Amino acid sequence: MERAHQTQPVLTARAARLVGCQHCAKVWPLGTERCERCGGRLASRSPNSLQRVWAWWLAGLIAYVPANIEPMLVTRTLAGTQEATIVGGAVELFVYGSPGVAFVILMASVGIPVAKFLCIAYLAWSVGRRDPSLPGPRHMVYHVVEYIGRWSMIDVFVVAILSSLVQFSAVATISPGPASLAFALSVIFTMFSAQSFDSRLIWDNLEPAEPRR
Amino acid sequence: MADHAITEVFLDDGRELLVCPQCDALYRSRVVGKGDQATCTRCHTVLAAPRRKAGMLIICLALATVILIFAAVFFPFLTLEAQGFRSSSSLLDIALSFSHAGLRALVFLMLALVLAIPAVRASLLIYVLTPLAFDRTPSAFAAPAFRLAQNMKPWAMAEVFALGCAVALVKITELAQVSLGQAFWMFAVLVGLVVIQDRFLCSWSVWNALTKPNRS
Repeated sequence: MERAHQTQPVLTARAARLVGCQHCAKVWPLGTERCERCGGRLASRSPNSLQRVWAWWLAGLIAYVPANIEPMLVTRTLAGTQEATIVGGAVELFVYGSPGVAFVILMASVGIPVAKFLCIAYLAWSVGRRDPSLPGPRHMVYHVVEYIGRWSMIDVFVVAILSSLVQFSAVATISPGPASLAFALSVIFTMFSAQSFDSRLIWDNLEPAEPRR
Repeated sequence: MADHAITEVFLDDGRELLVCPQCDALYRSRVVGKGDQATCTRCHTVLAAPRRKAGMLIICLALATVILIFAAVFFPFLTLEAQGFRSSSSLLDIALSFSHAGLRALVFLMLALVLAIPAVRASLLIYVLTPLAFDRTPSAFAAPAFRLAQNMKPWAMAEVFALGCAVALVKITELAQVSLGQAFWMFAVLVGLVVIQDRFLCSWSVWNALTKPNRS
């Protein structure tokens, strides 16, 4: 009783000539356009899923370049103006004795975004060439990418908080550099990219081996 | 969502089909006991995880979330003191400090992600779940409202902001003496609320409760 009962070894909705609602899990005959229960649009597989994934992915990658080259934080003190990029800021933190925080920043701003680009590219590429291997682990990767993407926003928030807090007119001011906006856009674009990916495609390539109805 | 309502719905639905939204596997729905979980056997997505008294709990949490978010706008969450200078920041200050420094798009985006979207999402949940908790007919447009609330989930970033506060704090302790304001603790509580809410919100139960009157 604990589990929803499985009907066949694995019968997919599509193989049974049905379409499932991705919003509320209700099942309709194939070809139904809107879910009557929740009003969500139905699609057995999202149309052009991979193209949309790649388009957002590319947009995210393009925005990620200025995010790393341009300064993230501009600090003006009596001694002069200092500009720090994402990596530069983290290195500075590390040198001045907060390796823990430097690690968090590096993970959130470099580690996670780069890993995300690689993971999404791998998922889209493997689905594109109809790779049937390891659907379970690939689905896990997809889950993790979708869950973790938003945490990359942390550095943008830090910049915003710092620059509103440190406003001592002549003595010291911190303001956000152009990289902050570029980085925020990059995070948002990759989130869209991950959301465009239809995870059902990962499992599709297994289907020909199964009995169809 | 009173207890008996859910049981009824699940019994009604005894032979209905449901699909795993993540991998398209087809299942026959069964009664899922309170506190139990139904997971997809091949991709391990949680399909249903009803909890006892979840409806009331989620409504309370959502109410608390809305109140905390509004409070966080006006109360300072960090106070900075350096060489006789003193500055406190509330979210409103953040918004205003950017208005002259350009990059307005950034602050607009941030306020949307940290305040507007979490607040709207919590309000939608209250709107949808309140009639269900008291066993009344669902509110008008409850279905699209709940769908919208679920779609907003990845964009509600209040808890990411809370961690951002902590990081900003460490970054400037070198520069000045910093103390945490009231709003920081509000955000800390908010993180907890969001986490609990996510654990208790079972969209499968909500959808079933929403459809119940149409069938009977």
